[in-house]
Amino acid sequence: MTDMRVSIAGVKFKNPILVASGTFGFGHEYGKFYDLSELGGICVKGTTLHKRDGNPAPRIAETPSGILNSVGLQNPGVDAFCAEEMPFLKRFDTKIVANISGNTLEEYSELAEKVAAAGVDMIEVNISCPNVKAGGLAFGTSCTSAAAATEAVKNHAGSVPVMVKLSPNVTDITEIARAVEAAGADALSLINTLLGMRIDLKTRRPILKNNTGGLSGPAVLPVAVRMVWQVANAVKLPLLGMGGVASGADAAELMFAGASAVAVGTALFNDPYAPIRVRDELAEYCENAGVARVSELTGGVKPW
Amino acid sequence: MDVYKCTLLSNDKITETSCDMRVLAPEMADAKPGQFVHVKCEGFTLRRPISICDVDGEVLRLVVDRRGKGTEWLTEQRVGATLDILGPLGRGFGTHGRVLVVGGGIGCPPLLYAAKASDSADAILGFRNSAAMMLLGDFRDACDTVQLATDDGSAGFRGRVDELLRRRLSEEKYDRVLSCGPTPMLRACKRVCEELGVPLEVSLEERMGCGVGACLVCAVKLRGADGEYVGHVCKDGPVFKAEEVCFDD
Ligand SMILES: Cc1cc2nc3c(=O)[nH]c(=O)nc-3n(C[C@H](O)[C@H](O)[C@H](O)COP(=O)(O)OP(=O)(O)OC[C@H]3O[C@@H](n4cnc5c(N)ncnc54)[C@H](O)[C@@H]3O)c2cc1C
Ligand SMILES: Cc1cc2nc3c(=O)[nH]c(=O)nc-3n(C[C@H](O)[C@H](O)[C@H](O)COP(=O)(O)O)c2cc1C
Repeated sequence: MTDMRVSIAGVKFKNPILVASGTFGFGHEYGKFYDLSELGGICVKGTTLHKRDGNPAPRIAETPSGILNSVGLQNPGVDAFCAEEMPFLKRFDTKIVANISGNTLEEYSELAEKVAAAGVDMIEVNISCPNVKAGGLAFGTSCTSAAAATEAVKNHAGSVPVMVKLSPNVTDITEIARAVEAAGADALSLINTLLGMRIDLKTRRPILKNNTGGLSGPAVLPVAVRMVWQVANAVKLPLLGMGGVASGADAAELMFAGASAVAVGTALFNDPYAPIRVRDELAEYCENAGVARVSELTGGVKPW
Repeated sequence: MDVYKCTLLSNDKITETSCDMRVLAPEMADAKPGQFVHVKCEGFTLRRPISICDVDGEVLRLVVDRRGKGTEWLTEQRVGATLDILGPLGRGFGTHGRVLVVGGGIGCPPLLYAAKASDSADAILGFRNSAAMMLLGDFRDACDTVQLATDDGSAGFRGRVDELLRRRLSEEKYDRVLSCGPTPMLRACKRVCEELGVPLEVSLEERMGCGVGACLVCAVKLRGADGEYVGHVCKDGPVFKAEEVCFDD
């Protein structure tokens, strides 16, 4: 039996399969399908300082092997998350990763303080949401602002490890990764969605009311594998890889590229059991390949 | 609610573009009228939401109109095929008392199960033309009366269902009106029901992701006691009280 335990920045996950922020809500819905304790961890829906209604619908468009979304960080606000969602999530034997998004450095600090006090296991700093005007991507596309957001969160997170979520919508992701590492990040997660757009030929209207949205799903897997590989070669930080994972083989690819653990997102919409299946397929792959510890896969690619 | 592998028992073409499909799904026996299922279509990232048209013992009935590539795949499935169905999902219709169902086009199927579940029902069904009509025999069996309207007058009343609705509500007493169809039709029905003081429930459509309330994409603007808020068609609906729906844009 392969040892499926992995750790990122001191946080111990029972297996390397997490669920990606924004695709799993706060766990209630998929918790009706399986015990959330089966998961390595849960990256919960992105929270902001104040409640947000998000963007108008339609917020989703299908694409070849993927989807575009433009939810725009609809969430009840960090106080509601801490008071109403954390008590539920803490009942499970899994790691809870908060996902925070600020408009200003002060907001990032305040968010970090609040979720750390609420007892999350890790903080994922979203500086890469393509669907909100202020904050989000604005922080993630420049080295100085990405570093500043990282520092702000680090200074207010106490002992809770800080993982910064990188955007693929940049010229060189390794520059941002290095800047964030230098600013004190404990880990990195990547990739967030790629900016995209689709148009209805009949109406000549973009399908998304927001005009543009973020691409995710199987279509982005190769981009994720490439970026994880590049970032793994550029920094020493542990990585949480994501983007298009729908099978154990996909997860293994991301781990070979350099990820210590992997998150499953869009695949849930096709198969609510996707994270469990991905975990089991990955375990089976390891068994067959004679891998004693799943963590041995991390960075195991043999580049030409 | 779960994911089930269901055998396709029958697939009959009932209009130029739509199919009446029956699948073996004993697990759906307790599905409520107005709920929907999320059907996997091979080769697509997203499932397709389809309303439950009827449940008869172990048999689930769906009526699917071919609108694009996903529904094309679905309607082409042969008897004996296995469909991957997630459901039953969402909140359905209230069916107590004397009910008037008002359907438009492909909005008619979910109203059949609602009419069957009610104490007594009448139906007003509208279609583009006589070629688009569907499920008339089923509605006649399930309802005391069935009134028809077509846009071009090729069958029944020439005009809109809300005109028939207004006449009907001024003559007869109903506990509730249940409606499903294109948004302009729902908006018109809401105006009529508000004027005449009859509770209306409407089934809404929006592009969906997960179908279970986790991804928040199928947003709908609602009006509650504390003002406007954003709900989701898959979890809070697809059936809503008409007075809660902001039809303004
Ligand atoms: C709650 C609910 C119940 C429904 N019940 C029925 C039913 O009983 N019978 C029936 O024939 N149709 C029903 N529909 C509409 C049906 O889901 C769409 O026609 C179908 O998803 C179109 O898929 P496609 O691949 O053929 O079209 P495409 O246009 O190629 O689809 C592209 C994407 O847009 C989505 N989409 C396109 N049109 C709609 C729409 N009107 N509503 C929601 N998503 C859409 C698709 O799901 C897909 O993700 C229902 C929709 C909802 C939301
Ligand atoms: C509907 C939806 C909502 C999302 N919301 C968030 C969010 O709130 N915060 C965040 O950091 N990422 C969010 N993401 C991005 C995912 O967490 C993930 O990075 C991306 O979708 C790539 O993984 P996937 O292809 O497995 O979905 C969202 C993605 C989707 C599809």
